[in-house]
Amino acid sequence: MKKFLPPLIPLVVIALTAEVTVRSGAVPSYLVPAPSAVLRALLDSRDELAAAMAKTSAAALIGFALSTLTGVAIAVLLSSSRAIQRAFYPYAVFFQTVPIIAIAPLLVIWFGYGMKTVIASAFIVSIFPVIANTLTGLLSTDPALRDLFRLYGASPGVTLVKLRFPAALPQILTGLRVASGLAVIGAIVGEFIGGQGLGSVVDVARTQQRVDKVYAAVLLASALGLALFGLINLISALTLRRWHASEATIE
Amino acid sequence: MTKTTGTNTARGVALRLEGVRRVFENSLAVIEGMDLAIDAGEFLAVLGPSGCGKSTLLRMIARLSAPDGGRIVTEPEHSQVAFVFQDAHLLPWRTVLANTVLPLELMGLGREERRTKARAVLDQVGLAEAEARYPAQLSGGMRMRVSLARALVTEPRLLLLDEPFAALDEITRFNLEVQLRDLWQRRGMTVIFVTHSISEAAFLANRAVVLARRGGKIRLDRHIGLPPERSNDLRSDPRLGQEMKLLMGAMEEE
Ligand SMILES: Nc1ncnc2c1ncn2[C@@H]1O[C@H](COP(=O)(O)OP(=O)(O)OP(=O)(O)O)[C@@H](O)[C@H]1O
Ligand SMILES: [Mg+2]
Repeated sequence: MKKFLPPLIPLVVIALTAEVTVRSGAVPSYLVPAPSAVLRALLDSRDELAAAMAKTSAAALIGFALSTLTGVAIAVLLSSSRAIQRAFYPYAVFFQTVPIIAIAPLLVIWFGYGMKTVIASAFIVSIFPVIANTLTGLLSTDPALRDLFRLYGASPGVTLVKLRFPAALPQILTGLRVASGLAVIGAIVGEFIGGQGLGSVVDVARTQQRVDKVYAAVLLASALGLALFGLINLISALTLRRWHASEATIE
Repeated sequence: MTKTTGTNTARGVALRLEGVRRVFENSLAVIEGMDLAIDAGEFLAVLGPSGCGKSTLLRMIARLSAPDGGRIVTEPEHSQVAFVFQDAHLLPWRTVLANTVLPLELMGLGREERRTKARAVLDQVGLAEAEARYPAQLSGGMRMRVSLARALVTEPRLLLLDEPFAALDEITRFNLEVQLRDLWQRRGMTVIFVTHSISEAAFLANRAVVLARRGGKIRLDRHIGLPPERSNDLRSDPRLGQEMKLLMGAMEEE
């Protein structure tokens, strides 16, 4: 509980300040809703929001899982040879620079309205940090340990499984931490165009001038991002518990 | 554990370097025309200034890199090599026991057999109690002993060590030196020990080789005339001081 108290204090202070400011009329409520209004929107539309949250969560999770699996696999492939790396890494960078807003309409053409487009968007946005961090991890294996494995005749496959992959775990988890947040963003962006989930709630509420509902949906999206981030941190803390004091702590 | 006795009786040449040459890209030869014969059961210390090619030499002997000229002939029974690095280089996700078992695991030994062997060496280096701990929970000296146990678990005929104790405090180092010497005598293996420390070389070895700054030229190749029992008492013995003085002389002429 002590851990959660410090971040709660600014939240309460900011919410109270916003409440007072909006009620006093200093800021019009169609720009910033009073926190109490957001809370009411959360309660009033709870069924709609819960359903939307479920869809967004599912899409973000699936997109994230896909980018984890594919990203790690691509990184393993890239790390296997200098030549492969030179030939393909620039294309991996493409995923980082691709403007998702611009290509989201394309995704709709390919996958139609709905879940597939949203998952694809979450996937595209979140795969690069997985590739980049896993690759860095796989390429920075302690040379002395690589020598040791060679000395005892370990094959490249055995070296990957028993040395390079586990040694890269802290880096891989760093990549996953970044990717988890991006997957949620990707899902929301996909939903703006793919038409479902929290993204769609935001889009519709905006056209109805329901700022309170927009905020409620945004709040839920952030909560989703935080939950995913927390999950990765938990996994990280559990797997790296034994390594070093520094790597085992939750940031 | 503070005193070691007995002599190594193994005989014959274990390893012979003939005109060995090693050149790295865009540089002069690090090692040029090196000839050196190492007897089976010998404890050889290799001394030399930083960058003179000591690690390069060890890596070639371990066949982790190939000479660019000349050849290294190893007696078949000495092909079982183990290597100890300057730092322990343990796998942080494995326990002491799992780290020690690693070489046998890579060589394909059965689970029970490798565990039995690993427990036996851990006992020899005084770590039997710590087998379930992780490297992060060990002191530097304990980590180095795990590293030593990992090297010895395959019962190598040839043990190569590259400044293994350089990062340790002096008392820990002193005790590990006595322990290493003890293990060497009990196992009758051949040891090549690279170090920067003149006192360490004189205390441990039966023979010391001093390399020149360039080209791997051998400046001094000397039998260390100290009694085979090397306990910590020897450290204040004037005969050790005599040996150190000779080695230092060879290190300083440049
Ligand atoms: N892989 C490599 N590529 C290029 N040059 C290298 C390589 N390895 C070693 N060298 C060079 O060869 C020389 C000898 O290196 P080496 O590591 O064998 O020295 P050393 O005697 O072990 O030094 P130290 O006592 O500092 O460990 C150095 O000048 C080093 O820069
Ligand atoms: Mg060296």
